[in-house]
Amino acid sequence: MPYNEPSPLEVKVLTRRFGLADSASLDTYLATGGYEALKKALGMTPGEIIEEVKLSNLRGRGGAGFPAGTKWGFVPRDSARPKYVVANGDEGEPGTCKDRLLMEYDPHQLIEGMAIAGLAVGAHAGYIYVRGEFRYIIRILERAVEEARGRGYLGGNILGSGFGFEVYVQSGAGSYECGEESALLESLEGRRGVPRIRPPFPAVSGAFQSPTVLNNIETYSAVPAIIREGGAAFAALGTPRNGGTRLFCLSGHLNKPGVYELPMGFNLLRMIHEVGGGIPGGKRLKAVIPGGSSCPVLKAEECDIAMDFDSLAKAKSMLGSGGVVVMDEDTCMVQAARRIMEFYAHESCGWCVPCREGTNWLRRLLRRFHAGEGSRSDIDLIGDVARNILGRTFCPLGDAAAMPTIAFVEKFRDEFEAHLEGRPCPFEGRRREVPAP
Amino acid sequence: MSKLVRLEIDGKPVEVPAGTLVINAAKTVGIEIPAFCYYDGLTLQGACRMCLVEVEKSPKLVTACTLAAAEGMVVRTQTPQVVQARKAMLEFLLTNHPLDCPVCDKGGECELQDLTFRYGLGESRFLETKVHVPEKQWSAVVYYDAPRCILCYRCVRICKEGMGVSALAVVSRAVDSEIAPNMGDHLYCDECGMCIDICPVGALTSQDYRYQTRPWEMKHVGTICTHCADGCTTTLGVYNNRVIRGNNHDRTGLNGEFLCVKGRYAHDFIAHSERLKCPLMRVDGKLVEVSWSQALAEVAARFGGIRSRGGKFGVIGSTRTTNEENWYLQKFAREGLGTGNIDHHRSGDVISLLSALKGRADALAATSDLYERKAALVIGSDLAQQHPLVAFQLRANWRHHESHIYTVTRGPVREDAYSRLRVRAEAGRELAAAKSLRQALQAEPELLILFGDCVRGAAVHELVEFGDSLGIPVRYICLVDYVNSRGAMDMGLTPGLLPGYQPAAAPGLDLAGMLAAADLDALWVVGANPLKNAALAAERAFVVVQDLFLTETAARADIVLPAACAYEKTGTVTNVCGEVQRLSRAVTTMGAKPDLEIFRSLAARMGLDLGEPETDRVYAEMRRQLPVPAAGEAARGVVASAGDTLFTSGTLGRYCGVLRNVREAPGGLYQ
Ligand SMILES: Cc1cc2nc3c(=O)[nH]c(=O)nc-3n(C[C@H](O)[C@H](O)[C@H](O)COP(=O)(O)O)c2cc1C
Ligand code: SF4
Ligand code: SF4
Ligand code: SF4
Ligand code: FES
Repeated sequence: MPYNEPSPLEVKVLTRRFGLADSASLDTYLATGGYEALKKALGMTPGEIIEEVKLSNLRGRGGAGFPAGTKWGFVPRDSARPKYVVANGDEGEPGTCKDRLLMEYDPHQLIEGMAIAGLAVGAHAGYIYVRGEFRYIIRILERAVEEARGRGYLGGNILGSGFGFEVYVQSGAGSYECGEESALLESLEGRRGVPRIRPPFPAVSGAFQSPTVLNNIETYSAVPAIIREGGAAFAALGTPRNGGTRLFCLSGHLNKPGVYELPMGFNLLRMIHEVGGGIPGGKRLKAVIPGGSSCPVLKAEECDIAMDFDSLAKAKSMLGSGGVVVMDEDTCMVQAARRIMEFYAHESCGWCVPCREGTNWLRRLLRRFHAGEGSRSDIDLIGDVARNILGRTFCPLGDAAAMPTIAFVEKFRDEFEAHLEGRPCPFEGRRREVPAP
Repeated sequence: MSKLVRLEIDGKPVEVPAGTLVINAAKTVGIEIPAFCYYDGLTLQGACRMCLVEVEKSPKLVTACTLAAAEGMVVRTQTPQVVQARKAMLEFLLTNHPLDCPVCDKGGECELQDLTFRYGLGESRFLETKVHVPEKQWSAVVYYDAPRCILCYRCVRICKEGMGVSALAVVSRAVDSEIAPNMGDHLYCDECGMCIDICPVGALTSQDYRYQTRPWEMKHVGTICTHCADGCTTTLGVYNNRVIRGNNHDRTGLNGEFLCVKGRYAHDFIAHSERLKCPLMRVDGKLVEVSWSQALAEVAARFGGIRSRGGKFGVIGSTRTTNEENWYLQKFAREGLGTGNIDHHRSGDVISLLSALKGRADALAATSDLYERKAALVIGSDLAQQHPLVAFQLRANWRHHESHIYTVTRGPVREDAYSRLRVRAEAGRELAAAKSLRQALQAEPELLILFGDCVRGAAVHELVEFGDSLGIPVRYICLVDYVNSRGAMDMGLTPGLLPGYQPAAAPGLDLAGMLAAADLDALWVVGANPLKNAALAAERAFVVVQDLFLTETAARADIVLPAACAYEKTGTVTNVCGEVQRLSRAVTTMGAKPDLEIFRSLAARMGLDLGEPETDRVYAEMRRQLPVPAAGEAARGVVASAGDTLFTSGTLGRYCGVLRNVREAPGGLYQ
């Protein structure tokens, strides 16, 4: 049983098997067009596959939105070393909870996407790096890999084509940072999950110092549809340069929170009111974090916006990994900023100075501030400290911590001021439990 | 040589080989880019973010320590943005720093202090509670104070990469990250203190030095380590005539920043309570304290008497005295006492090597070859234990240049981890085992062969023949034990050879021969302990011993003269590769005298004119024409290494508290 009731506004491409009986099984998969794309791809050249993916305007679903086809094109054709395909299933961003469903309900779609990626770049092995807490999903994936191998969709000679591809499932190491691509590779290789110096980028030297394509689970999961139906058809579902659909994870103060597959560019207000069922208790919308905790918050009046990478970038936020966190008028923004910083200060890997020390500083500042022990100069200090982190860290986690903080202070300065002079949080007591869906 | 690229740093044109890091390119034009985690020769971290600079066309600041210089690059290191970023990084670093500079060992030579002074903000805006963790003692040597740690990972890297030990790592994450030792709550390692010295702040401190003094209150004396033969420069910190630390922070000498536990910490023997400070004379069977003049007069009189009646002398020299002293001693023996019976404890067969090389001076390796040659074959030595610097340099060569290392050893050695091929050979089978590597060695462009005491006599000749037959340039290192083992040979402390390996007209007895000669009238032992494991046959012989301590040999003496150690005198010593280096006097011990001074006083009392030591002339001649001792010369005497480990150092080691207090069993590491 899927996590939430589907919405009639959804365009189901990646999630079309969600809700089917035994959706994770190979039989269900095959009965619904599964592995057709792989068969088709086996008849294509690597160049043609990459072209098709470029045509689809598929942009990475892990956060940065980098065009997948372009990334695949960076992998050198000739390499003395083996190449690898790595799927990022670490899904640690607060607010984001979609990869888990894709792995749980349609593991073969992911495996097929990875095999096609392998075909495109000339890799013969793929790793699925699964967030450590998703124990049960590891079992689901391993069963799927077994099944696929048993029927020749994986293995040394896929469907008699001569092309070989194996998939291995690796448990994550229990840290948000392990989702950052280079830290993931370190962790995959059995070391502490800290990022690597780049360049070289994974496409040139990734897993085991070999050329590697590394994409998000959802990114790979979109590939079978692209190959099956054609890149142009996928692209047409979305907006220009933002192809296809994506899984939006609606959470927070909504009547119908859940994961919904909607076309890229879907309007955020419609998403809240028509897909998410609006805000409980008739409360007013205050703010939305549009793409997971690292993305700068949008004020209610900024929410009439097309949910695609470019529109959000224009609004100085990000589409990120699709975690849409809706906050109503009773939400304290200082508390929200603090809560988010608790996360980053806890998850900073500690490697570099500005993130390690800066997130801790911000956490303490925001705690103190929220407890009513802040002074006016602290408001600027919060922004200053965040700006001192921004753009200066070893990996983007520092930015992920700094950007939302800066936005909270800039956009909700009045709420920070309301916490001054020993006053208790003005929102204290106004918060009640969100009713379970 | 890689191709040159031209770039611009702060408006200055710079030309460097492609691949040079911007932080180093800047140095070539005198521009300092501040850094904590960057350290020459170690892997890159990009962790401290102190070295951020502006690079044209790059939207963000870039770390100069990870950025390779490229053609046309325009770098700015002084813009307001860069200056502000540095202030910010320092402010971050100090948020959880205890700022206990007034009592911190590093105060005054701390990189965090220096960079804060130069680039930091005057005040902190951090008003929160600092993270505090109590200090921990990890071993007899190493202490860690987490709050002071700036997590630059230099210690982790030097231990793993430099030492090949990997005893340190980082644990926990975020602001709780800290460095931890390999055994959970304690260290099991080389105790070399490399981590302590490389630490830019006072987070790692040594038992030796902590809370002893302030750096500026010490006199810093650069001299040569007195322990093994590798010849490291150690800079001794002297306070109140006491050595309170050793380090090589300034990276001078053959060893750069390297020192093993002995060079860095094993100096406490100097002030050991059992140090001899007054001459002793046997009276009624007991050694009693006498004055220097009384003792010297007695020795001069007895030696004079024995000489005039044509009696039999035996002279045993030291592997830790200076070249000048060794030269003088052999001259004293040969001319003053008229005896050819002179020897010392030989630990490597240098004589056979010279004899086999037949004058080919270019076949002798220098220390720099260890880091530069493309391949090395190590026969019969546990280098990491016995020749720590040699091991360090070979490892650095492998790390930086991917040189090929081959090992032939009896048991497991640390070099196994990175050697290309390794062969285990029982005692006596080492040469044959080395020969089994012929095919691989032949394919090398050049080779360095290091051999221990297991290859001696005819085997050395065989080894050189083998080397010659490979058809590639080969250089050799004959491994010997102590600081001046090599100099003792060079200066003629051998029965058949004069200084510079010139044949002696009348070869005398070797060490064993002297101990066995029942008719020996006098035995003069300078800085050696031959009676530790052997007996003196001549029961009635008059025995004079010059030493630091009342050793087994000294205990048998009729006269004991308290000698100064190498840290208490000047002169030169010659290391395992034949490099001559100068000692500096760091301290003095009241009552003890340098051996040369003792020799001179004795000579004067005996009316001898032995002239000035001619070491310079000897070495100049050896350099002009490498001597070729007769093949048979090596047969006189025994070659046997004392087999010291990281935590032993002959007699001296017995008086070094630090070596006795470490948890590690001598020689037990990596077995
Ligand atoms: C701190 C941090 C955490 C990240 N966590 C994840 C994650 O859990 N899953 C993910 O797919 N990408 C994550 N990313 C992004 C990855 O680094 C990488 O960009 C992405 O997996 C690439 O796939 P895509 O191009 O398909 O989006 C994270 C990045 C950072 C900086
Ligand atoms: S920004 Fe620095 S400390 Fe933070 S997670 Fe990345 S590397 Fe680690
Ligand atoms: S202990 Fe010293 S060297 Fe090691 S990480 Fe900390 S500051 Fe750096
Ligand atoms: S390697 Fe030898 S010379 Fe160097 S510090 Fe150690 S004992 Fe002294
Ligand atoms: S010196 Fe460049 S990041 Fe530390």
